[in-house]
Amino acid sequence: MKIIVCAKQVPDTTEVRIDPVTNTMIREGVPSILNPDDKNALEEALKLKDQRDDVTITVVSMGPPQAKDMLKECLAMGADEAILLSDRAFGGGDTWATSNTIAAAIQKIGDYDIIFAGRQAIDGDTAQVGPQIAEKLGLPQVTYVQNFSLEGDKVVVERMLEDGYEVVESAMPCVLTAIKELNDPRYMSVKGIYDAYGAEDPVKVWTLADVGIDPSLCGLKASPTKVVKSFVPQLKGKGVMLEGSEKEMTDALIVSLKQKHII
Amino acid sequence: MAVDVNSYKNVWVFAEQRQGNVMGVAIELLGEGRKLADAIGCELCAVLLGKGVEGLSTTLFEHGADKVYLAESDLLENYTTEAYTKVISDMIDEYKPQIVLYGATNIGRDLGARIAARVDTGLTADCTVLEISEDTKELLSTRPAFGGNLMATIACPAHRPQMSTVRPGVMDKAKEEKGRTGELVKVDVKLADSDIHTKVVKIVKSDKPLVSLTDAKIIVAGGRGVGSAEGFKLIEELAAKMGGCVGSSRACVDAGWIGKEYQVGQTGTTVKPEIYIACGISGAIQHKAGMQDSKIIIAINKDPDAPIFEVADYGIVGDLFKVIPELMKSYDNVEELMAAAK
Amino acid sequence: MDFQLTKEQEMIRKMVADFAENEVKPIAAEIDQTEQFPMENIQKLFRYGVMGMNMPREYGGAGADDIAYAMAVEELGKKCATTACVVASHNSLACWPILKFGTEEQKNKYLPRLTGGTIGAFCLTEPNAGTDASAQQTVAVEDGDSYVINGSKIFITNGGVADIFIVFAMTDKSKGTRGISAFIVEGDTPGFARGKLEDKMGIRASSTTELVFTNMRIPKENLLGQLGKGFNIAMATLDGGRIGIAAQALGIAQGALDVTVNYVKERTQFGRPIAKFQNTQFRIAEMEARICAARHLVYDAAHRKYLSMQGKKISYTKEAAMAKLFASETAMEVTTKCVQLHGGYGYTKDYPVERMMRDAKITEIYEGTSEVQKMVISGQVMR
Repeated sequence: MKIIVCAKQVPDTTEVRIDPVTNTMIREGVPSILNPDDKNALEEALKLKDQRDDVTITVVSMGPPQAKDMLKECLAMGADEAILLSDRAFGGGDTWATSNTIAAAIQKIGDYDIIFAGRQAIDGDTAQVGPQIAEKLGLPQVTYVQNFSLEGDKVVVERMLEDGYEVVESAMPCVLTAIKELNDPRYMSVKGIYDAYGAEDPVKVWTLADVGIDPSLCGLKASPTKVVKSFVPQLKGKGVMLEGSEKEMTDALIVSLKQKHII
Repeated sequence: MAVDVNSYKNVWVFAEQRQGNVMGVAIELLGEGRKLADAIGCELCAVLLGKGVEGLSTTLFEHGADKVYLAESDLLENYTTEAYTKVISDMIDEYKPQIVLYGATNIGRDLGARIAARVDTGLTADCTVLEISEDTKELLSTRPAFGGNLMATIACPAHRPQMSTVRPGVMDKAKEEKGRTGELVKVDVKLADSDIHTKVVKIVKSDKPLVSLTDAKIIVAGGRGVGSAEGFKLIEELAAKMGGCVGSSRACVDAGWIGKEYQVGQTGTTVKPEIYIACGISGAIQHKAGMQDSKIIIAINKDPDAPIFEVADYGIVGDLFKVIPELMKSYDNVEELMAAAK
Repeated sequence: MDFQLTKEQEMIRKMVADFAENEVKPIAAEIDQTEQFPMENIQKLFRYGVMGMNMPREYGGAGADDIAYAMAVEELGKKCATTACVVASHNSLACWPILKFGTEEQKNKYLPRLTGGTIGAFCLTEPNAGTDASAQQTVAVEDGDSYVINGSKIFITNGGVADIFIVFAMTDKSKGTRGISAFIVEGDTPGFARGKLEDKMGIRASSTTELVFTNMRIPKENLLGQLGKGFNIAMATLDGGRIGIAAQALGIAQGALDVTVNYVKERTQFGRPIAKFQNTQFRIAEMEARICAARHLVYDAAHRKYLSMQGKKISYTKEAAMAKLFASETAMEVTTKCVQLHGGYGYTKDYPVERMMRDAKITEIYEGTSEVQKMVISGQVMR
């Protein structure tokens, strides 16, 4: 059984700060991490590998050369193979273009039974690449997966909704996108770290030619969406800081709210 | 893949319904869609899929839809990606809308992404602002990125339709106009069992109390300063007294003190209540992203330098376990306090 | 001198730091109170390959280098000295002597177990043989194809939870230290008994017990190293063990400083955070400098041990003793200062520095007191 996991290296957005003087995002010193939902996707594949002897896991990512580090982390957690799709031609793509590239690579890997992806990446938060890979491979998809099991030749999953969840059966192969609730990802192992990060680089790098995709289908140029502008959101100015004892402060607050007809 | 953009007309909104109830976000989309349609000078249409849902078209007309495209089938009773994608994509091919909006619900985000790939167009996720460019009449969608640290405005110049998913709770709901009607277009559904490879076996509604943070007028939210699951009792007490809902920062959800459905912020729900009371919330940017549009923000925090005070209209520096009980007393004494203030 | 860490070492640190933050820290205060041995976490550390991490691959280890090992112990020590102590004792004092002095049969028999879930322990100290380890009263008498061991050991780290023990005993009293031999003993051997759990000041969840041997028959093939070489084995093992304890002490110090830095920024007195006071700033500076100095000593000793294990002719006896002396005294000094900076709160169990200060003390005592380290260092300097 062959499982493909889609993963992305992302800046740890919880560490991003805004420079108050220039009002721009400070990207320096922000660590790059394996996208959290993708970690859950990988963990679910690893759980299956723990249960069955016939499972192999290939992690696929698209990104710059430094994304290898993240793929090595996936290997150190227990994945069998890691492929980085890295080429200038892939850069700057929106979800439509990115999913073209990743779907083409997955097609080239071939012979897959399940494709696990994270629901969304914390830098873009679009949740679109998973479903779009499914579309381009002509596969069924279930997103927001919070529970997974394999039953015979189909998968049975719980798909989280805002007001509960639904139990969905899907034929294989299929694309499943994982959320945090799905599992608790394992850590890397010491052995895994020595194998993945040692002198011998285990990550395969595929260029445009290796993927064999028409360059007009990937990267910035092929993207239907264009970023017109970007800006740092403005925050409201300082309000009133109340002073005095707890009682004095809360009394003043309630009076002010009442006077302004807010309560 | 570029298309003749002029051959695409009208603004569509996906009228998501679950078990025969129109989702609140669909009414918000109608409200926003109306503005966009008026700015362009075109019709506003709702797309309604399901089984036995024709009656919902009245609601959609009364909230501003000029036209309702209705697709009904046994195979559309429960949402499945494949069935809904096929039906809506076929409709897009046939009727060529210039804009299609979806609520950024778990279903809307699943569906929108798949349709965008099927009809080869762009999709802007989780938008918080939609505008029509004055000169090009293009849709400009603004959305947060990098955990809310950055806002990006995105256009889709050469592909149609222009599609966006819109965050629930962000747009104003359409005003109801009783008795308003429009044109009902019944769409011929071409679906077979073999088009669908997934099956919804059962639907389980959450047994937790339904938190409707998006609709709440008052939200009392707890953060790390609450200290424990136990600490949330005080938050609940204040919320109950003021007739509001309980919210939470991500820290408490991650700590397991409260369920994910209570989370306000970039990765949780975006809210804009009349009053937002942040208790023991430091105000990480991710949290502020989800609540800074609240009309009145009241912050209670021990740390006078907590970033939450930057967005607060009223700031109280103090221990929430002392401040909240006092606040409840003051709230009860409002008449006396007002009399004394005069 | 190359101060650059390898990518593997950086990642080991990250991995163990993540584990410590998410799995170890949440229970650290609780197990300190309950004295409950953290078996679940230790078993996880076996699965992740931290227990026995320095052992070669062919014996089930990860083949990790000694700096990576020191960093792993340090990261655990930041959150929970007990967990660091269990890992350090197992790796340095049980696995290592078998790898270094064991026969191929012994290595094949015991190391896969010691990397696979069985905890090990080192049994040298006796009621009357502490710092003077040569005063062993446990006796091993040759009898056919066995040795029969009688005696008792105290303060044995992992004593209550281990199943493989390195036991030292007198095989020839007349020869003094040259009459001591080392044996590999299994916990289910008839005549082997575990005594009471010590009620300790710190590292309270580690299992420290007495062990009693009564006519315990050990097959001759379980003699570790040569007959009469036990004292050398013990001393060589402790050289390495000291690096583990130094790393544990380093972790305790760093952990205390980390929480204190956060605390002084939050704690307000006289209308401003106490971090704004120069007294606080100077103390933090002193602690940071001391901890960094300790870290260099620890990593240097670890690196020398690594080179030595690679076959280089290099000694680490003095460096390990210096690292342990300095790091343990740093841990004691830093935790004491950290409690002081916390004021009254620091004296309560609501804040971890109280536990850290109690935990720090043992690092000045076990695997050779500070006084022993000074004897070792001066002995090396003035030979």
